[in-house]
Amino acid sequence: MTSTVDRLGDAELQQHFDERIAHDQRIEPRDWMPEGYRKTLVRQIAQHAHSEIIGMQPEGNWLTRAPSLRRKAILLAKVQDEAGHGLYLYSAAETLGVDRSELTEKLIGRRQKYSSIFNYPTLTFADIGVIGWLVDGAAICNQVPLCRSSFGPYARAMVRICKEESFHQRQGYELLMTMMRGTDEQREMVQDATNRWWWPSLMMFGPPDADSPNTRQSMVWRIKRHTNDELRQKFVDMSVPQAEALGVTLPDPALRWNEERGHYDFGEPDWSELKRVIAGHGPCNEERLVRRRAAHEEGQWVRDAAATHAAKQAAREEVAR
Amino acid sequence: MSFDNAYEALTAAEPEGESRWAFGTGFDDPLSGVDTTLPEGVDGAAFARYCLMLGDDALIASQRLTEWVTRAPELEDELALANIALDLLGQARLLLSRAGQADGSGRDEDELAYFRDEREFRNVRLVEPPNGDFAQTIARLLVFATWRLALFARLAESRDPVLAAIAAKGVKELAYHREYAAQWAIRLGDGTEVSHARMQQGLDAVWPLVDELFAPNATDREMVAAGVGTDPAQVRAEFDDVLDQVITAATLRHPDASALAGVAGRTGRDGVHTEHLGFLLAELQSLARAHPEATW
Repeated sequence: MTSTVDRLGDAELQQHFDERIAHDQRIEPRDWMPEGYRKTLVRQIAQHAHSEIIGMQPEGNWLTRAPSLRRKAILLAKVQDEAGHGLYLYSAAETLGVDRSELTEKLIGRRQKYSSIFNYPTLTFADIGVIGWLVDGAAICNQVPLCRSSFGPYARAMVRICKEESFHQRQGYELLMTMMRGTDEQREMVQDATNRWWWPSLMMFGPPDADSPNTRQSMVWRIKRHTNDELRQKFVDMSVPQAEALGVTLPDPALRWNEERGHYDFGEPDWSELKRVIAGHGPCNEERLVRRRAAHEEGQWVRDAAATHAAKQAAREEVAR
Repeated sequence: MSFDNAYEALTAAEPEGESRWAFGTGFDDPLSGVDTTLPEGVDGAAFARYCLMLGDDALIASQRLTEWVTRAPELEDELALANIALDLLGQARLLLSRAGQADGSGRDEDELAYFRDEREFRNVRLVEPPNGDFAQTIARLLVFATWRLALFARLAESRDPVLAAIAAKGVKELAYHREYAAQWAIRLGDGTEVSHARMQQGLDAVWPLVDELFAPNATDREMVAAGVGTDPAQVRAEFDDVLDQVITAATLRHPDASALAGVAGRTGRDGVHTEHLGFLLAELQSLARAHPEATW
């Protein structure tokens, strides 16, 4: 097949690519792809990876204070999974010819973004449950369609990630269920956390379709399979019965079932807040980046040591041979 | 899984049970279904104290390692340190549960972890000071895992079948912990000038707390006599041998720091700790103590 592709001109390569996309075939790292497709994917996968890594911080905030050893173990395992997801995704991005350290530099240099949601603070332990239920729930809505993304390495990473995310979501929901069966204070904590995370979760799907310039092209390339607003609607439709089962209310007076549409109507998120958060002025943007940068910079001597030791070992083996 | 409904997992029955959530995080007590009858001739209160000693070591070591999460030099180490912390937490849960049963108090792992004060904690002092830099953390982990692995290898022969099973499981984990720490000690020691100096400082910093690991107390002696415990003094030679090998491979110098004295001879095993433990417990216990009636 390579020999055929070698003889093709740009127009034919483009046509070949378009046909494969149209037939829902996977694009693999060595295949020809338009430069825009490659760049879009690098940006999206890198930002996805960064989100996993920065996303460890709000939950990590409660690791040393988790109120039972079982919850501590569950949370520790979850945060560990997130580091693993970050690794899968950086590897997927590397198949497109970028380097993980380069992407990390871009993250800590504020040249690449991560999900807006992780700029919100975790103020009580109920936040841990609500992050599982709503934030991981929204992530799953976003990510399940990515298991069919046109770029093979990304799609395969997403299959593994989605499986683990669904356990995390279950864990979070189960924590909330347990808390709702507990004391009045615990129930208040769950309601308060729901109130604080509901709108930021809706904003995880990105701006409204009218303000989302890249969506159309990403859908043509089958990097994205649904628009932001479609996914947001789906998330609301699924979350309402879960909130009812839990016994909490969602903080939206406009939320009601629309018989005609067969969907829930809901209020408008505060898009000006989303813009502020994305621009770096959310409640925790600064702390998140400072922490990530500090870990990276303070670890430099350790990474240097590992590289130097590996070089010494290689030299010694060379001499021995 | 379905590609249509992301929420299916919330309500659908999970055929494999919740074991896939994370090892050892099921809903039952960690020792549920296990025959917890004590072997004949073993004093329950003393055996509980013994399990608490071993459980507290793991709990406090785990808590310190957990502090590395989101701060490690590389994602791979983030994962490794969290993984080790999770293993040790699992060991702590089993040992604390065993202690609560053995002394007849019926206290579960959480009552023991969250509702004892620092004077009641029985961990060695080695595990409680702050982490320091990565080299110091590695030095402490190397010392701790080497010592504990030697102890657990012997405890796998304990007359108490529950403790023997906990130890046998722990041996596999601790062998990995020791390997991880030894590899890093060598990389850092035989790395750059900076890392060499830091690794030496890290080792020197933890060394004053090493002798305490091998000093048997009354509980150790009683449990050795009953055939359920191991005399820590007996694992010193194995420990020294492993440390010597690592120190040599890492081109480091053997530390010669003097052992840290106790208070009238009393140390961590007697509930006489450093000033660090109180703060560690304040953080660990804060939420549980604020809501003593709550279940989580």
